[in-house]
Amino acid sequence: MGMTLAEKIIARAAGVTKVSPDEIHWVDVDLAMIHDSGGPRRIWPMLDELGLRVWDPDRVILVADHYVPAQDTNAAKILQTTRAFATEFGISSFYEAEGIAHTLVVEKGHLRPGMLYVGGDSHTCTGGVLGCLALGMGSTDLLGVLATGRTWLRVPHTIRVNIDGSLGRGVTAKDFMLTMIGERGMAGAVYRVLEFIGSGVAEMSVDERSVLTNMCAEIGAKTGVIASDETTISHFKDLGIQVDEGPSSDSDAGYLQSWPFDASEMVPVVARPHRHDDVVPAADVVNTPIGRAYIGACTGAKYADLAMAAEVLKGRRVASGVILQVAPASAAALSRAMSDGTAETLVEAGAQLLSTGCGACPGLGSGVLGPGEVCISTTSRNTRGRMGSPDSKVYLASAYTVAASALAGEVVDPRSVMGVPA
Amino acid sequence: MKVIEGRVWKFGDDIDTDLIVPGRYLMYDVAEIAGHVMEGTRPGFADLVGRGDVVVAGKNFGSGSSREVAARALREAGVVAVVAKSFSRIFFRNSINVGLVPVECEEADVIEESQTVRIDIDRGEVIIIETEERLVAKSLPSEVAAIMEAGGLVDFLRIRIGDDTT
Repeated sequence: MGMTLAEKIIARAAGVTKVSPDEIHWVDVDLAMIHDSGGPRRIWPMLDELGLRVWDPDRVILVADHYVPAQDTNAAKILQTTRAFATEFGISSFYEAEGIAHTLVVEKGHLRPGMLYVGGDSHTCTGGVLGCLALGMGSTDLLGVLATGRTWLRVPHTIRVNIDGSLGRGVTAKDFMLTMIGERGMAGAVYRVLEFIGSGVAEMSVDERSVLTNMCAEIGAKTGVIASDETTISHFKDLGIQVDEGPSSDSDAGYLQSWPFDASEMVPVVARPHRHDDVVPAADVVNTPIGRAYIGACTGAKYADLAMAAEVLKGRRVASGVILQVAPASAAALSRAMSDGTAETLVEAGAQLLSTGCGACPGLGSGVLGPGEVCISTTSRNTRGRMGSPDSKVYLASAYTVAASALAGEVVDPRSVMGVPA
Repeated sequence: MKVIEGRVWKFGDDIDTDLIVPGRYLMYDVAEIAGHVMEGTRPGFADLVGRGDVVVAGKNFGSGSSREVAARALREAGVVAVVAKSFSRIFFRNSINVGLVPVECEEADVIEESQTVRIDIDRGEVIIIETEERLVAKSLPSEVAAIMEAGGLVDFLRIRIGDDTT
């Protein structure tokens, strides 16, 4: 029997010819990412305690994205520690306030197909969009990687998620992922790797595909992966990087399951408070006023998301009493939105532009919610209290649906304002 | 590994790390965060829990954010082990690394709040003292047990570095 893409990457990193699910292997890590929240302030004292240095500063990406810009002196100190770490250990790939780590590693060309990449954040799985095995871990695991360049992995089973057909207008990868998570539950793929294949994946842009891998965290998967193809290669080409197609699954690879989907059957959906697997069509949510609409996070504020929002908002104003906030996922996304009029459209529609970073998604930055507030958001989690007060409510949706709901002042199917027949 | 015996605090399915340690506390030290542990799902828990206690939960314990302080805060608050039907893999790894014993037990549902459980990882069992029921638990793979037995990943690395230099 052949191997899946995930198995091939683990075998190569373990220095063996073949691995099988449930085996444990020690592997060499190709690239590691840490950020301001779980990174230097937690890891540095442990490195000092062990008397160790960073094994290879050129293989470490350090991103300040959770506490930027500093909201108080505690946050300012965390950022000072982060900068000092970059200097002390000679980490040249250090980004502060340039964007969210998961967006930056894709945009800046740090990843390569076939890489074993680990990051100190649960949404590290996003990186699987470029054909690498991207694994989220905690601070002490990252300490181990930073100190030795190695970690242990249990080989996961792979589930093949086969998406055929095309998403209709006004329907997005976010709607697909919420629908799948709604069907399977938030523990629907615990410890599995989801490999996305099919014509529906092939026609998606890198921005849209990255929602598939990003939200693998929300179904409990170890990670998500998409084998590199022409779209992947052209993404690198645009960055001036020449790459060859990376590894892919063998035709006789052993998949645990196959989950077939027809993209053309998908509709705009929302996840209702306080579970991201409580998913229903947006059209079925009636009489649900919202006071806040939030477009942000690695999941939902890439350039593609800003463009979706602008498409809906163009020439219109958000409803009276609704606050629409946009926190772009990266400076590059913002820059592109500024150069082509997208940002202007958002601001003219009444959006407040917030700084680039994780922002209110984990309840840290600008735009957190107060008691009683009801928000519709492009982020990925709506656990009670996630974005602020435990007495706030968060609906999760695509940028289309969030923008359309901001115009209507209540949760709506965006196709109703886009002139698309439902 | 040594046998653990402790009083039970019972939780449900899908207890994610935002519920264990809400994001608004992330900027503080572990000692301070421990005073708010489980606040997202049971406010006041930090005042109730004591040294040597055990958390019992349903499936997918510790899902969501990778924040290691979720495992550290439970440990700091006195919890020595978490018995759950299943764990999120990041939380499972974090627990091993910080010395909080994660026990996978598919029958965890039958354990009730305030009972006392005896956990013998090596024998793969959880015993409810009051009812003498014996539940099957997964034992840890030897590679992982080695980290746990060292006291966590930092101590494991310290030992390995020591080995390399001798």
